[in-house]
Parts: sequence; C-alpha cells; structure tokens
Amino acid sequence: MIEAGHFAAILALVFSAVQAFTGLRGNRGQSGLFAQLAFAAMVFAFFTLLWAFARSDFSVQLVAANSHTLKPFVYKLAGTWGNHEGSMALWCVVGLGFGAAGAWLLKSDRPVFEARALGVQGILSLSSLLYLLLASSPFTRLDPAPLQGQGLNPLLQDPALAIHPPMLYLGYVGYSFVFALAAAGLIEKRVDRQWAKTARPWALAAFVPLSLGIALGSYWAYYELGWGGWWFWDPVENASLMPWLIGAALMHSIIVTEKRGSFAAWTSLLAVLAFCFSLLGAFLVRSGVLTSVHAFAVDPLRGSFLLGGLLVLGGSALLLFALRAPKLKGGPDWLATSREGALMGNNLILTVATATVLLGTLFPLIAEAAGQTISVGEPYFNLTFTPIMALALLALPVVQAWAWGKADLSSLWKWAGGFAGLVALFWLAGIGPFDIPLMAGIGLALGVWLIVGAGQEMWRRAKSLGRLPKMPLRVWGMTLAHAGLGLFVIGAVLQTSGRTQTTLALEAGESANIAGWTVTLEDVRSIEGPNWYADRAHLIATKPGTKAELNPQKRYYPAARMPTTETAIHKTGTADLYVALGDGRRAAGGPTRWTFEVFVNPLIDFIYVGVILIGLGGALAMFDRRGSGKVS
Amino acid sequence: MRARTKRLWGVGVVAALLIGAVALASVALRQHADLFYTPGLIAEKGHPDAGKRVRVGGWVQTGSLEYGEAADMAFLIEDNSGETVAVSYTGIAPDLFREGEGVVATGRFDEAGNFTAESILAKHDENYEPRELKKAGQASS
Repeated sequence: MIEAGHFAAILALVFSAVQAFTGLRGNRGQSGLFAQLAFAAMVFAFFTLLWAFARSDFSVQLVAANSHTLKPFVYKLAGTWGNHEGSMALWCVVGLGFGAAGAWLLKSDRPVFEARALGVQGILSLSSLLYLLLASSPFTRLDPAPLQGQGLNPLLQDPALAIHPPMLYLGYVGYSFVFALAAAGLIEKRVDRQWAKTARPWALAAFVPLSLGIALGSYWAYYELGWGGWWFWDPVENASLMPWLIGAALMHSIIVTEKRGSFAAWTSLLAVLAFCFSLLGAFLVRSGVLTSVHAFAVDPLRGSFLLGGLLVLGGSALLLFALRAPKLKGGPDWLATSREGALMGNNLILTVATATVLLGTLFPLIAEAAGQTISVGEPYFNLTFTPIMALALLALPVVQAWAWGKADLSSLWKWAGGFAGLVALFWLAGIGPFDIPLMAGIGLALGVWLIVGAGQEMWRRAKSLGRLPKMPLRVWGMTLAHAGLGLFVIGAVLQTSGRTQTTLALEAGESANIAGWTVTLEDVRSIEGPNWYADRAHLIATKPGTKAELNPQKRYYPAARMPTTETAIHKTGTADLYVALGDGRRAAGGPTRWTFEVFVNPLIDFIYVGVILIGLGGALAMFDRRGSGKVS
Repeated sequence: MRARTKRLWGVGVVAALLIGAVALASVALRQHADLFYTPGLIAEKGHPDAGKRVRVGGWVQTGSLEYGEAADMAFLIEDNSGETVAVSYTGIAPDLFREGEGVVATGRFDEAGNFTAESILAKHDENYEPRELKKAGQASS
C-alpha cells in the first residue's frame, strides 16, 4: 500500500513538472489539467500514509517511529503530520491543492497570465516534492517490522495541536500561490488593478488560516506547557509571525493596487517576500540552527536543502522583480496625508517591525559566527517590536478615514484630544482600585481606541443604522479585524502587566490565598488513561460567591518515557484561574507536599477572540464578491 | 506640494522611522542579549557581572538535586570540565528535568556568585536537547 503511495507521489512530481513546463509556455488548459492531476495523485499518496497510521502498520518506518497501538484513533491519524516527514507530505498536499484550486478558480480574462502563474506554482510544487522524496521520504519500509511503535511525543496528543499544523500550512503554503501570481504578473509586466483584484482573495486565503493556526499554537502552549504564558518569542513562533506580518502588510497594500493602481511594485515585492518568509520559517524550524522549544529531529542535509531552495526561489523572484518593477505603471498622484499615504505608513511599520523580529531571531546565529553564544528573549522584543507596532495602532483609527489622493485634516485635533482623554481615564482609574502603571494605561487606551475607532469608521461609512446590513462584506471584515486587534491589545497588555503568578507547596487539606481566591488541596490520586497514567490533584478554589473545582494532572506516557503537564483552568468571565501540578515531595517522616504553579490571567481570552476576529474579518473580505471579475 | 517636496517628506519619514528602529534594536540587543555560559567557561573567565541576566547550561549533577520545604530547589550544573555552578530555583521544573540530564537555566548571579534561576529549560522530548549543550558537550569531550 505504502509503495503505491510512494509511486503516486512520484507521479505527482512528474505531473507537477508537466504543469510547470506547459504553464510557463502559456498553455492555460494543459497546465491546469496537470495541476489537478498532480493534486489527485498527491492526495492518494497522503491517504496511504493516513491508512498506514490508522492501521498502525509498523512495517512503515514513519509509523513505527511515531505511533503506538494504544494511542486514541484520532491521534493516530493526526500523528501522520506530527513528525517531520509526514508534515512535509502535508505541505506538498496543501501546495498542490492551491495549484489545483487556482486551475479551477482563476478567471481573469488573461489566460497567458494564469498559465504562467500555474507554471510557477508547478515549479514550487516540484521543489517541495523533490524535497519530500529525496530528503525526507515518509514512504520507507522497515524490515523486520517491530511489534510495537515508539509512540508520538505526548505533548502533541492534543486536539489543538492536531489541527494546528494543517492550519499553519494552509497559510505558509497558501503564500506560495500568491508568490506564483506575483511572479506571473511580473513576467507579464502586468501588476495592475486587474491583477490585484485576482490576487487579493488568494492573499486573504493564506492570511486567514495562518492567523488561526498561530492562535491555535499559542493556545496550545498556554494550556499544555504549564508555563502560564501565551507567547514566548521562541524562534519557531517568530518564524510564523514574520510571514503573518508581511501578509498583513500585503493585504493592505494590495487594496491600494486594486483601487488606484498604485504600489504595484511594492505589492508584488511583498507577495514574493511573504512566501520567502514562510520558507525561512521552515528552514529555521527544520534545520535546528536555533534553539527552540519545538522538537523536530535535526538533520543538516535537510537544512541545506531548504536554505538552497529559499536562496534559489527567493533569489530568482527578486531578480525578476528587479528587472520588471521599473516597468510597472503607477496610479494617480497622492499626498502623504491621504489613504495611500496612510496605507504606505501601515506597510512601512509592518515591514520595519518584521525586520526587528528577524534581527532578534537571527542575531544568535550572527553572534555565533563571531564566537559568542547568546540568546535574545522577550525584553528585546518588548523594547523594539512593541513600540513600533504601537505607532501603527495609534494612527489607525485616525488615518483610516482619510480619502484617496488628499485627506481632510480638519478634525485631527479632535482625535488627538480623544486619545489623550482615554489615556488619562485609564491612568486615573489605575490610581484607584486597579493599580495600572502608565505604560499599561497607554496600552489599554490603545485597545479601546482601536475598538471605538473601528466602530466609528463603520458608522462614518454607513451613516445610518438602516444601511449597516447593506455595507459590503469587506467593510465588515475590516471593522471586525480592527476591533479584534483592539481586543487582542487589551488582552496582551493585561497579560503583561496584570497577571499574578504564585508557586505553592501544599499537603492534603492545606489552603493558600491567591489574588482573592482561597485554594484548598483536597487530595491527589493516581488515575490511568489509554496510554498514560497520572497523578491528579483535586483542588477547590473559593472566592466570595464562587466555587470552582480544579483537577490538574501530571501525566506519564510509558511508550515515550515522558511526563507531561495537564493544566486545569477555571474561567470566570474576566480571568482564568490556571493551575499546573508539579511533583510530590516528601520530607523525612512528614506528609507529601505537592507543588503547584498558580496563575490568575485577566482577560486572556481577549487575545484569542481578538485573533479569531482578525481571521474572521479576513474571511469576510475574501468572500466579498462585489465588483469581482473585471475592473470597471 | 510639489513632487520634489513630497518626495523629500516621504524620504524623511522613512529615514526617521528606520533610524529609530535601528537605534531601538541596537540598544535592546546590547541590554537584552543573554550570554551563554558553561561551568567550565565561568571557571576560566570569571563570573559574569552580578545582576546581569545570563544563561548557564550543562547537566544536572547526579545526587546534587535537593528540594526545600516549599517549592524551592537547588542543584549543581556540571560540564565535562569538572567545574560546577550552584543553582537555586523556585517553581515547577520542566517535565523532563532530571538528574544527569541536560539543562539550561536563565537567571542572575549575585555578588557572592550564587545563581538564582528565573526559568529552566530542559530537554523537550527524548530526541531533542538544547543546541548549546550539544556544542558544549562536543567542545569539552
């Protein structure tokens, strides 16, 4: 069976090669046909892998190394992409899927352009399949087959992490098609309004799942690692943040290209860069050049293969850009204080912010070349990324009302007064019951500012309640996304300045007081699951008017010889009471004391709801069909 | 505004933003890049400045791990040089933190040369260990 899959993957490689060749020669029909054939073959190849995992066929090396008969069925399936080789197979499925979807959905009245885009996508598919088959084949047999598998890293046995990689890959690899569209536009010297109209939904189709994938990963890290935080500026997290930031910049600049025909060169550059950053991320994660909490078996050959791919693909795209960008036409003139100017500012800030993340992520490598081993952590990013992004957030509600070409600046002082008032309000309130420092006050004011600004902009466009439902989907999308950004900011600021962390050591029956809660340890029992056993603590937390039961566990997975932390979270609506169980310690002759890490995380759900709203806003904008098709 | 003036404005804003970002980044890197030490390196070059955040990596010396009354613990980090660094930590150790296994502790030395860790990174699974440790192991073995 797995041999059939291997053969199908090779077939997909051949089809992709034909897709690339016919596409670059300008044959839309043939290239599209082969894109769909390649996708079908790759889906079959991936299905044979799923089948091997579902049946725990340990004669397949990948299954033996990453699965176990006692594992719950869902996680057997999810285990297919919970490892390097399988996840690269998923990468290929998604990439070829975007090619097939492009062949099916592209209708721009420019068949040669479409053919070229499919051709470039064919080259990208070909590269990823070569990498899969030559440097990380999942189709290897094991002889003799072992009787039992080695299990999956138990940290990955989790629903959020089962769907996190497919989401993330829809984003990363989605940008490959945006890359292909940009390359084809540059080849044809036609990155214009029609091009932007065609490419915009694809840019959103990558951005939306990437947002959700990052949120899922962050949520998983929050409740599974037991560290109580939601973002650690780990290189692997940064690797996903950089294409997201560039994707966000692209999403805004492509609007200018679509509406005005301006920024054509810049938009195509961003479209190329978004995928380059996705590849850079893959390189950083898979090559093991940086220390990260993410576990992938490290192999230098894979690293050089990925780096080579990044240099060749990115390099040729940038060369193409350098040759063709001067020949692209611009739009009508605009002043710095105009919607064009505002969106250019957005793009500048997003790209500079991306550059600071890139520097912080790669600096340990640079320093290592100079003979020093260092690491760059949260303080660096708080000092660079955060204030730069704050500039964009501060300007957003004001400049989003600016008109194309030349803006009316008469109400600028009202906005300035409004923001100063908000900051004063939060700061003054902080002197009272909440004890908010000035910086946090500014942060909270920014969040509210964004939400109010999003509503105000919607109102400015709709002008009356009755017209609200008739507003275009993309305007709703923008409003949701900007309001979501505001929620995110409020959640993130409160997480930085308002959370409490306490380490406890309790024996059964003992209590402790934390941030208004009285936490009592009732008992700790041993329990057993399908492929693990655990110590489970039973805690009762009370607060005037509320009572919560918390059951954090310390699990042990014998197959992987590895313990994991299962946190217990009680949501009160305004905060999470978060408990992680440590180990039991027995003093000589005394009772066992259990250690706990207890966090009170105010409004942390705002972070996730905010990102989900950003994703939802992007999805609404993607499905806005009004004015699709030809530019009037 | 004439096209020339407009362009100057644009260049000015971009330059200001870039200079600001570069200044921020260089200050941030100077202050907040955490240097990595092994016990052998500290014996060779002396302790890093007290109060500066650094990382110390090596292996948890077998038999050195002691738990306190509450959630505090103390252990020695050793490497192949035979030197050790005493570490104290309050909190829950990572799941794969064990005697004899690799560890990277982030924290600060005090004037007396005692190291208090703020966070502890251990191996993430059976196949993975922090990259610095692999290098440190190769260098001194």
